[in-house]
Amino acid sequence: MKKNSIVAGMISVACFYSAAVVAEQARFNPDISLTLDGRYGSYSNVSDYELPGYMLGGEASRGEQGFHLGHTELSMSSNIDDMFFGKFTTAIAEHEGETEIELEEVYVETLALGNGITAKAGRFYSDIGYLNNQHNHSWDFTDEPLIYRGLFGNQLIDDGLQFSWLVPTETYFKVGIEATRGERFPAGGAANDGSGAYAMFAKFGGDVGLSHAWQLGFSHWRADIENRASGSHAHDAGAVETPSFSGESTVNGIDFVWKWAPKGNNREQNLKIQSEYFVRDEDGQVELIGSNPLESTTYNGQQSGWYLQTVYQFIPRWRVGYRYDQLDSDNQGADSDVLMEAGLDNEGHKPERSTLMLDYSYSEYSRFRLQMSKDDSYEDSDNIVFLQYIVTLGAHGAHRF
Amino acid sequence: MRKGISFFIVTFLLSLTTPLSAAINVFACEPEWVSLIDELGGERIKSYSATTAFQDPHHVEARPSLIAKIRRADLVVCSGAELEVGWLPVLLRQASNTEIMPGKMGYFEAAAQVERLDIPVHIDRSSGDVHASGNPHVHLDPRRIQLIADALFNRLKIIDPAGSDYYQNRFDDFTQRWQAAIQQWQLQARELKGQRIVVHHRDWVYLFDWLGIEIAGALEPRPGLPASPGHVSLLKKGLIKEPAKMIVHTPYQSTRAAKRLSQITNIQVVELPYTVGGTEQVNDLFELFTVTIAKLKGGLE
Repeated sequence: MKKNSIVAGMISVACFYSAAVVAEQARFNPDISLTLDGRYGSYSNVSDYELPGYMLGGEASRGEQGFHLGHTELSMSSNIDDMFFGKFTTAIAEHEGETEIELEEVYVETLALGNGITAKAGRFYSDIGYLNNQHNHSWDFTDEPLIYRGLFGNQLIDDGLQFSWLVPTETYFKVGIEATRGERFPAGGAANDGSGAYAMFAKFGGDVGLSHAWQLGFSHWRADIENRASGSHAHDAGAVETPSFSGESTVNGIDFVWKWAPKGNNREQNLKIQSEYFVRDEDGQVELIGSNPLESTTYNGQQSGWYLQTVYQFIPRWRVGYRYDQLDSDNQGADSDVLMEAGLDNEGHKPERSTLMLDYSYSEYSRFRLQMSKDDSYEDSDNIVFLQYIVTLGAHGAHRF
Repeated sequence: MRKGISFFIVTFLLSLTTPLSAAINVFACEPEWVSLIDELGGERIKSYSATTAFQDPHHVEARPSLIAKIRRADLVVCSGAELEVGWLPVLLRQASNTEIMPGKMGYFEAAAQVERLDIPVHIDRSSGDVHASGNPHVHLDPRRIQLIADALFNRLKIIDPAGSDYYQNRFDDFTQRWQAAIQQWQLQARELKGQRIVVHHRDWVYLFDWLGIEIAGALEPRPGLPASPGHVSLLKKGLIKEPAKMIVHTPYQSTRAAKRLSQITNIQVVELPYTVGGTEQVNDLFELFTVTIAKLKGGLE
């Protein structure tokens, strides 16, 4: 009897010990997480995608038809020591039959400069806007807002340096500046010896009672651009012409988020309302590279747009959402034919889109989504349906606001 | 004139960075730690709780207001053991407050001060949202609260040495009252020993361990997953063979599944305060245990 209890005691100590060792070792490895994203897309319209008034670039597209994989994302992050935090995210995706590995985020961030100051260096999503610095798998809709597609080629990411200061006030108030390379869309050419773009942002936020929380942000981005190429297209004769912009580009934006959960408990029910507005001014020259003789024009344009979306979790696991997008543009230049070739003629059309979403999350790590849009991005109206799963393997994700 | 302006700017900036009052700012993740730190720190500290009894501490977002609060904290007191893994690391990274980073004197994890239960041998998400460091809900055992109070008291003396005598007096006073209260609670709770109770989530492991109560089942099929009808009928089958006295849940948990199980088994549902503020009568840790034991005893009748 006594012997038995001693043996049982030893076993339980052994179990306790081995589990502690496992947890201990895990702590020295980086947090690793893998996100799998699978989709089915259906479109009523098969003509080539365009967004009249916008020169598209980056990852901008309306997505693929039929069964396909979205970006598979592998992410590792960890505290490097007591001063630095490091993060690495790579996306693996297939583009036209070829598997491509893309470096998304690769950065080092300070943990303890103190006084609310944080510095970040490397490749990172800009902190402008609300959605921009979030990974698209944590977005509430399968695809990006039209204004993100039109201005940023889905998301603004660049190599450089960021400083931010959390001001020690009662209300949340954070300001930051970024200086970046300016080679990736929507910049181009890595002007000024590879420091062609910079950004500024200010964010405010707080609670109203126990059940409400809000955040308001202002953003500014500016770049000197040398030869920013956008989607090329072939003429009947076969010559491929690529529109290219050189000049100055400025983006200003405002974003707002309001969240509600009864007594602050978002487990059962919660509601989120968010909206962002951006306006871009560009001034410079547009050339059609590949045309003979070289066609070019002066270009002075403004593109703006906003979206408003609301997502409601009505019972645990289930959420519904609605999003409305609208864009506008006003582009002027000496040669309107060249502007039209470059996609800068809005053809008297205001792109808009309405989207409905329903998703189900079995746990925090798996989500299934059905999304339907009526897309009037361009003149041929499109009905789009997405089915999507997003699952996360590994480290527990952050509950960001 | 120029000098005058820059003097003003410098004093303004300094006034932003130095705290206005001398009190130690304490950021507690949960209300039970506010109660404990108030017992020990009294007027020398100013405490704030990131959550209330009506919020699930697993599921909190790194809200702007919390970032602003933790930015100005001198001491962070949290349950730890990965209870706040979804939001506390984000707050700490965003705040850039040197004093409260893990490993520093300003960072205090309650669960790290005591032996934990439910440490999983096998860590896999198929077992639900398990915590590798064990069950984090350590505040529901008053014996562990005493150990945590010991450690927290020592921490306060390091952070604010000028208040050592003050903290010593308050700690001695607390310990005396707390030990007396434990004796009384144990006496009151004698009849709870050996009783079987159904729980919503394994929040109650430490309370039941202390009082000798047996967990008759959990409404969550796996930790962190909502109860499903299939799981509830499975629970019912088990409860026919081995009955239980009551079904307990916290103020922040849905009562749907508990009520469903209650309807088909005739076992009554009891809402326990879980933490300070969980019911109107519970304003501190003493009242938390007094009310909890009274409610559990009420459930036996």
